[in-house]
Amino acid sequence: MSDKNARSYWQANVRIVLRLLCVWFFISFGCGILLADFLDQFRIGGFKLGFWMAQQGSIYGFVILIYVYIRQMDKLDHQYKLDQTQSADSSDTNIEEQS
Amino acid sequence: MSVQLWTYLFVFLSFSLYIGIAVWSRAGSTHDFYVAGGGVKPLVNGMATAADWMSAASFISMAGLISFLGRDGTYYLMGWTGGYVLLALLLAPYLRKFGKFTVPAFIGERYYSQSARLTAVFCAIVVSFVYVCGQMQGAGIVFSRFLEVDITTGVIIGMAIVFFYAVLGGMKGITYTQVAQYCVLIFAYMVPAVFISLMMTGNPIPQLGFGSELTPEYGGGYLLDRLDGVSEQLGFGTYTEGQKSTQDVFFITAALMFGTAGLPHVIIRFFTVPSVRDARRSAGYALIFIAILYTTAPAIAAFSKVNLMNTVNNAEYVSMPSWFSTWERTSLIVFDDKNGDGRIQYVGDPETNELTVNRDIMVLANPEIARLPNWVVALVAAGALAAALSTAAGLLLVISTSISHDLMKRCLAPHITEKQELRYARMAIFVAVLIAGYFGINPPGFVAEVVAFAFGLAAASFFPAIVLGIFYSRMNRQGAVAGMVTGFSFTAAYIIFFKFLSPELSNASHWWFGISPEGIGTFGTILNLIVALSVCKFTAAPPEEVQTIVRNIRLPGEHIEPSKPAI
Repeated sequence: MSDKNARSYWQANVRIVLRLLCVWFFISFGCGILLADFLDQFRIGGFKLGFWMAQQGSIYGFVILIYVYIRQMDKLDHQYKLDQTQSADSSDTNIEEQS
Repeated sequence: MSVQLWTYLFVFLSFSLYIGIAVWSRAGSTHDFYVAGGGVKPLVNGMATAADWMSAASFISMAGLISFLGRDGTYYLMGWTGGYVLLALLLAPYLRKFGKFTVPAFIGERYYSQSARLTAVFCAIVVSFVYVCGQMQGAGIVFSRFLEVDITTGVIIGMAIVFFYAVLGGMKGITYTQVAQYCVLIFAYMVPAVFISLMMTGNPIPQLGFGSELTPEYGGGYLLDRLDGVSEQLGFGTYTEGQKSTQDVFFITAALMFGTAGLPHVIIRFFTVPSVRDARRSAGYALIFIAILYTTAPAIAAFSKVNLMNTVNNAEYVSMPSWFSTWERTSLIVFDDKNGDGRIQYVGDPETNELTVNRDIMVLANPEIARLPNWVVALVAAGALAAALSTAAGLLLVISTSISHDLMKRCLAPHITEKQELRYARMAIFVAVLIAGYFGINPPGFVAEVVAFAFGLAAASFFPAIVLGIFYSRMNRQGAVAGMVTGFSFTAAYIIFFKFLSPELSNASHWWFGISPEGIGTFGTILNLIVALSVCKFTAAPPEEVQTIVRNIRLPGEHIEPSKPAI
């Protein structure tokens, strides 16, 4: 893989990670802590929403986040042909057009 | 059959299983011993990681802690699961690509320095030791309560079992026993929870049950509303509202998350899978397996709190059920009839409160309080032992590899053969088990406290150094070492000052920005980052071959030789 390709792969990787970390921050620190009192005015069944986010929802959110990450990275690896048992140099051509 | 007989049966069966697995999966090479041959399937590794991670503290103490903390207990739940998102996104895939055996090996090579490696060895050993003592102690408590042997015998049995399969099988033996231990512990945790949820709310899923209405026998109405009402009435504060300051909860949660991602015994589990893709998948499986227990824990917390208050409050002491006196004997429940009326007053005001309940019994005694069948009670004991032993084994392996690989092979005796290295690894486990056992039998008073702080220390030292090492290729030796030393010493100093030197000053008005010692690790992490980045600005960039390492770990797929000019 060329230097340029490696760089653009890495930038795409970092973008995915940053986007997901924003969601991670929002559901845990945002909904579970900072906004919990505000969210408590809404209810789902016997749960106050803020309390539910803090003790249940955020954890489900974390699981979903990791799976979204796995999917997006698989797609990215496929795009850059990094998912094949790699013979990196032979797959150099054509990658730029695809990405 | 009695509880004790059932317990003997379950403990015997589960221990034979662990030993059987150990004999079947003997380690022949250092590669087997350190990373289980590197061919562990993601699903299997996910399960093993979950057992590795969920310790006696998660199994025995966490639900109890939450039931006394109410909504604030959230920082354990989110802190100990949210850290996996960081681990999956920022560390696991890249460290797997790096493809070495230990965390100090990464620090040492990425920062091209023996002193960085030794600093990391020191931190890894301190953190793991503190932790493993807590596990041994947990195993001792379970043995002494359920099998009615004394704590010393209990700890020695636990030591012998862990020693046997860790020394024989190394990471390979540990991996497959951890899979078995996960199955035992999750079953033991879920069965009583499902029973209690059904009994109290008619809903078999505890995660939904604690947001449902109570059955008419329990007085109807939403369970959490009832809990809020009774808690307020007795002066404990509203259960579903926060009592601690928002910034403190924020900082403690963050410290636990960063610490989780920086703990070496969890990180090394990701070295055992075949590829980078498998490392990502395995993190996903691990979090699912962990989430099953972690979403059940707050439900157990709420159920047991309601149950406890229903049973004890204002009830006559003489009419207490038999579990009450069993646990009184272990002094985990203490009743002090202050006003002499023969009834138990369980209230928030310490002046008139007559009942002290140790948080650990919320899980251990829960099946008895809910009057579940004897085999369920015994199952909990087997589960708690599985949780304690699986974590202890993982920690012992970190200690052993740090010594045999990083200290001996890489520093003191580089010419030893693989056989000799393997022998050092086994000897290191042996010594570590003995020391851990000693502290399990004679626990220093501060173990429980220090375990919580191990997270702060891991957060302030390892986490930034590893993340910067991957995401900032210009980060150099000077910056990383300065950052680690500053973060670690600042955090340690703050904790030692408030917990050991001047505990009387440890309250919100003296803490910096109202951050308790439990949460200060977050501050240490930030300090580490700032120091590392500024020192790095004024010192030379790392050598070319190190920058090649960094470029390499960023790409999944096969290793690219550093000799090639362009990657």
